[in-house]
Order: sequence, then structure tokens, then C-alpha cells
Amino acid sequence: MAKEKMTAAQAVVRALELEGVDYIFGIPGGTILPIYDAMFSSKKLKHVLVRHEQVGAHAAEGYAHATGKVGVCFGTSGPGATNLVTGIADAYMDSVPLVAITANVATSLIGTDGFQEADITGITMPITKHNWLVTHPEDVPRVLKEAFYVARTGRPGPVLVDIPKDVLNMNVDFEYPDEVHIPGYLHEPKEKPRLGDAAQLIRSSTRPIIYLGGGVRTSNGFPEVFEFCELVGAPVVTTVHGKGAFPETHDHCLGMFGMHGARYANYAVQNADLIIALGARFDDRVTGKLSTFAPEAKVVHLDVDPAEISKLVTATVPLVGDLKVLLPQLGAEVKRIFQEKGRPDLAPWWKKVNDWRAKYPLRFKQEGEKYILPQTAVDRIWRKCEGRAIVTTGVGEHQMWAAQFWKVSAPRQFITSGGLGTMGFCLPAAIGIQCARPDALVVGIDGDGSFQMTLQDLATAVDLKLPIKIFILNNLFLGMVRQWQELFYDGRFSETPLSDLPDLVKLAEAYHCLGLRARTLEELDGVIDQALAHRDGPCIVDIRVKRQEKVFPMVPAGAPLHDMIGGD
Amino acid sequence: MEKTEQTPSGNVHTLSLLVENKSGVLQRIAGLFGRRGYNIESLAVGPTERPEYSRMTIVVRLEAKPVDQVVRQVQKLVPVIEVKELKPEDLIERELLLVKIKTPEQNHAELRAIADTYEAQIVDVSPDALMIEAAGTAAKLDALEERLVKYGIQELCRSGRIALERGFKTLAPPSLK
Repeated sequence: MAKEKMTAAQAVVRALELEGVDYIFGIPGGTILPIYDAMFSSKKLKHVLVRHEQVGAHAAEGYAHATGKVGVCFGTSGPGATNLVTGIADAYMDSVPLVAITANVATSLIGTDGFQEADITGITMPITKHNWLVTHPEDVPRVLKEAFYVARTGRPGPVLVDIPKDVLNMNVDFEYPDEVHIPGYLHEPKEKPRLGDAAQLIRSSTRPIIYLGGGVRTSNGFPEVFEFCELVGAPVVTTVHGKGAFPETHDHCLGMFGMHGARYANYAVQNADLIIALGARFDDRVTGKLSTFAPEAKVVHLDVDPAEISKLVTATVPLVGDLKVLLPQLGAEVKRIFQEKGRPDLAPWWKKVNDWRAKYPLRFKQEGEKYILPQTAVDRIWRKCEGRAIVTTGVGEHQMWAAQFWKVSAPRQFITSGGLGTMGFCLPAAIGIQCARPDALVVGIDGDGSFQMTLQDLATAVDLKLPIKIFILNNLFLGMVRQWQELFYDGRFSETPLSDLPDLVKLAEAYHCLGLRARTLEELDGVIDQALAHRDGPCIVDIRVKRQEKVFPMVPAGAPLHDMIGGD
Repeated sequence: MEKTEQTPSGNVHTLSLLVENKSGVLQRIAGLFGRRGYNIESLAVGPTERPEYSRMTIVVRLEAKPVDQVVRQVQKLVPVIEVKELKPEDLIERELLLVKIKTPEQNHAELRAIADTYEAQIVDVSPDALMIEAAGTAAKLDALEERLVKYGIQELCRSGRIALERGFKTLAPPSLK
């Protein structure tokens, strides 16, 4: 490629175009002006003007999660950059590929506590895969090439590129590198994966379970996982990010396990003699008390990140590598050993599992209730969407009800904040998802507390006429905290009741979008129909639910996984 | 006369790192140790045979976590080219000590004798103070320090350990050799 003279700011825009970026989520400010000026004449980049940088970062996450591509967000120096921090941390915990680009004060001002100066590379070191402070304009093309490469390869995650304003204005002979050379990045594993040993364990197990995490999504290994699960024939459990990695409507799927998993799913895990963990990291929300987790199980752990192996649960056979490549190889070994020695008899195990499933189903009882149960609302919306919606959530009780009752049958259809647990995720993520998938039905299940953390960006959704539907399960509480107070703090509801503000229908009106409300069960179906039929911009639905309803079953924090409250 | 090393709790491991010689790399590594709860006993960093890389020797004390976990976490940092635990039997380690002792002139002869025993040198002398420089294993320097306590240690400075693996093996991956 011939070299072309341009400013470093223009080089940023050109690099983004060459990386195939279509959407950027951001908001301009003093130091990032040169990039916004350069972008003004770009025909390829579409910039979504958000009202807060946190929303930009979450929207970029939603975009990335829905497409598997890298999400991009912008922030100006100082507060613009620090506002991105929550979104970057969220992406780091959930392995979402994200490139955050920030401008900083001029080089001469760095280190002087200049106006709107923040050491954003220092601040984001613990929450990025890597970050760069670019002090020479000629480094811009190489650094951006590396940034996109690091964000999307290996275990994906966020990176940040910080460029001082004076550097943005300097000239550069633009040449975009074809290849990346980072000597310390992505090491070949030192040992060959012991596929034969893993297959042997699978062959000799009579109570196996397959545990799917977010790594299935990041590897895009959905067909490979399906084929493997069909081959092994074991019960399948997932994390919240594993939802959609295997169809939840499939008979082998026991759904989510962990703190709010079904009893039968947790019992199956606790009684397994082999756990086949695929792209999962044994988070405390799924294991419960670690020392009592699946006491009899051997563990085959496949993960792209070697540091996840034996971090919390010791792997009997670790398999380090890309799931999409490694899992079919494991499958071939398993097939070979099954042909040689016959399949293990899983019938007694399935009988046990199915008995638990029959005895402790995941259920709720609306009959006899005066108010709408939040589970009813989730279930009705799900039924009316007929499996075609991409759903996103905030964080709290509503998120767990959605995780329990929104059955996902296809990949990338359940998008949530898992690791960091960021309230306010729903609306921004919905914006990003709808931008990425303009024809998709995008549904948000949110809570009243969660929604209020980022609601200002209704303006963004209205600007873009995004037909997102946000259903707010409104219990006028910070519900999940209230639930813990009721169960573990003697019902002392310290600072969890929320006043009946704002009026969500009037709020919708103020933002020139459709606002609806359902107070009774009789109103619910009609309101859902109306919301789903609305295509002209966003729709906010205020669903008044039973205020005291709790998420069950529940494993108290630090308790053994089989030690559940409720759901029996 | 070397005494054995005392370990208050946990296990001590010596890690050798080859890293990119760029600004912020020390911060990235120290930050990782801090936030994951790995206690740094000593950290020494300096140039290597190639100007674009630095070598760090980190002595880490671990309460419960296996050292493999530390190695894997450190390896994930982009500017870390290679990291390896050097086993005690496979490594040569050295540390440098400077110590200033405030003591009347009549004790100087005695101190010279102690210094000789430890292959240390007197590097500065004034009427009521002197400075000793010593190099060796951490255990040897600990022993020397103990001997000097009664003369009145005024100031003391240790470099932290540096170490290399015995034999022909090097840390650099084949692509860099």
C-alpha cells in the first residue's frame, strides 16, 4: 500500500475504516476534536452520539456481543475517559472485544494536572487486555492494528488507545500494516492437549455433565458444541453467558445452574462424576462454596486462556486452545473410543436427573395472585416473541427471572452483564444490538433501579428511531438487594425502597417515544402486543409487578451449591 | 558460614521475566502482583543483552496459590516475552548490599575482619563511620547483616535478587534467539 500524508487523527479514522468498523459509539469533547473533525468526512463510519460515555462503551459491547465483531467507542480526555471505565471493566469481565479510543491533553501538559487530564492508561491497566499511550504520530497505524488484533484474538477483551491532542494534529505517512508482530502475545501452549486422556475420562464416566460458558460465544463454536453435546449425550448446564450456546429447548439442556439455577441443574452438577467445562471459568456465582463443589467429579477443562486452568477448580485434564479447533478433535477421539469400547450407559444417570427435573421444576404460581408476577411477565413476553427476539437485561432480580424463564434456542440471543454485574446495562446494550442488527426484534428486560442508571440515553434511541422495546419489571425496589435484606438481614430494608419516580409513561412522552403501562394481569397481554407491534422508535413498558416477589431457588453466597432456598 | 533462609509463611519462588523495555511495563507487572494478592519479596529490573528487552527477577511469596497460576497470569501481559520459575537448585542468584555503620575508629579493624570473611569490601571510611559493600546470595547477606547489628547499622540498602538459570538454557523463545 502506498504511503499517504495525513494527520494522526485522519490516520485513526482511516485505520477504523480499514478494520471494517461501521458503528462507533461516543461523544465529542475538547481533546478528541481532531478525530471528530476527521470523521466528519468519512463515508464509511457511522457515529452514534450517546449522552454519556458509559452508554457508549456498553452499546459497543452490545454491538460486539450480537455480532462477534469488535465494538468501538470514543471518549475525550479526563471525565470522558473515566466515564468509559465501567463499560471497559464490564467488557473485561465478560471477554467482550472492544476498542476504546480516547484523546488526552497535549504532550506538554501530560503530568501537569492539566484541565481534563486523567491518566487513563494507568487507570485502565487492570481492566484491559492491554492499552497504549501513543506519543509519536507514526505509531498510530501500527498501534490501531495491534489494538484490534489483541481485542479479538485469544480470549477476547477490551483494549484502550490513548492519543494526546497535539499528536493527533501531527502529520504521518500513513501505511497500514498487513501483519501484527507482538513477541509477548499469544504463546503456543507448552504441552500438547491430552485429548486421548480426556476422551478416556468421558468414556469411563457414568455421571457426566457438560458445563458451557461464555467461551462458546467468544470462540463462535456453536455448531461444534452442538455436535459434541449430541455425541456425548450428557446433561448440559450453562452459565448466564452460556445461554444460547446449546438450545435450551433441547431435552438434554438443564439450563442455567448456580446461585439462581434450577434445583435439578445444581443437583446434577453436584452429583456428577465428570464435569466437561467448555469455555467457562468456575465463577463463584456458579460453584457456590468451592470446597464442596461437585465433590466426586473429575474435570476436563477446555479454555483458550491458560490462566483459567486450575485457577479455582483443579483440572484433571486441561485442554488449552481455541474451542472451535480443539472440540472437534476431542469429539473425534471420543467417537473413536466409543466405537472401540462402546458407549457408557448413561441411562441410570438420566433417570436420576429426570427424576430431579420432575420433582423440582423451575416454576412460579400466578394463580391466586392479585398482582402480576415478574416471572409471568417474562414468560408472556417470551411466548409472544416466539423465540425470534434478541434479549438484553439490566442487573438484578429481573435479570435472573429472565435467565430462568427466557429460553434461548439460538446463539447470541441473550446479552447481559454477567461478571461485573453492571446495573444500567440494558438500554445501552439494546442500542448497540439494534444498530448491529437493524432487522432484529430487540427486547430489553430491565428493572426500575437498573433502568434509571442510564435512562438519559433514551434520547439516543429516539434520535436513531431504534425500535427497541424495554420492559421494566417495576417493583419500586432495588429488588435484589431487598431480597438479601429480607433473607439475611432480618428484613431491615436499608435504602432499598425506591419512590414511584419517574413516571415512566410521561418520561417516554418527554423523549417523544411510546410509553405503556400494565398494572394488572388483564392489561399485560395487550400492552405486550402493542409494544411488539410498535416499529416507529423505542417503546418503554412499565410493568407493575408484585413488589415482594423473590428469585428462587437461591444458593446463599458462600453456601454449597446443593444447599438451596426455595424452588422445592 | 551461610545460614538457611527463614520463611515466615508461605512459599518463596524466584521468577525470571524477559519483558519489553518500554515505559509502564513495571507498573503493569507490579499492578498484577498487587491486585491478585501475590506478595513481592524483592524485584530487580535492568537491561539485558538486547536493548529492546529488560530482565526482571521477582521473588514472590505465596500463601496458598500455586506458582503456576502466577506464571500464567504474568505470561498474559502483552509486554512480557517470557516468564519462568527458576528452581533453587537450577539458579545462580546474587544480591548487592550497602551498609553504613556508625562506629568509633577503634572498631574498624574488627569490621575489616568481618568484611573479609564475607568477601565484602569497605568502600567509604570517615572517622566515626564506614560503609561496607557486599555481594552474594540473600542468605549470605542476611548473615552478614546479623553480624553487623551490634556495631550500629545506620543505613542499609539491598538491591533485590538477580538470578539466571544454570547451564546453556536461556529465557528468550526461539523466535528471538
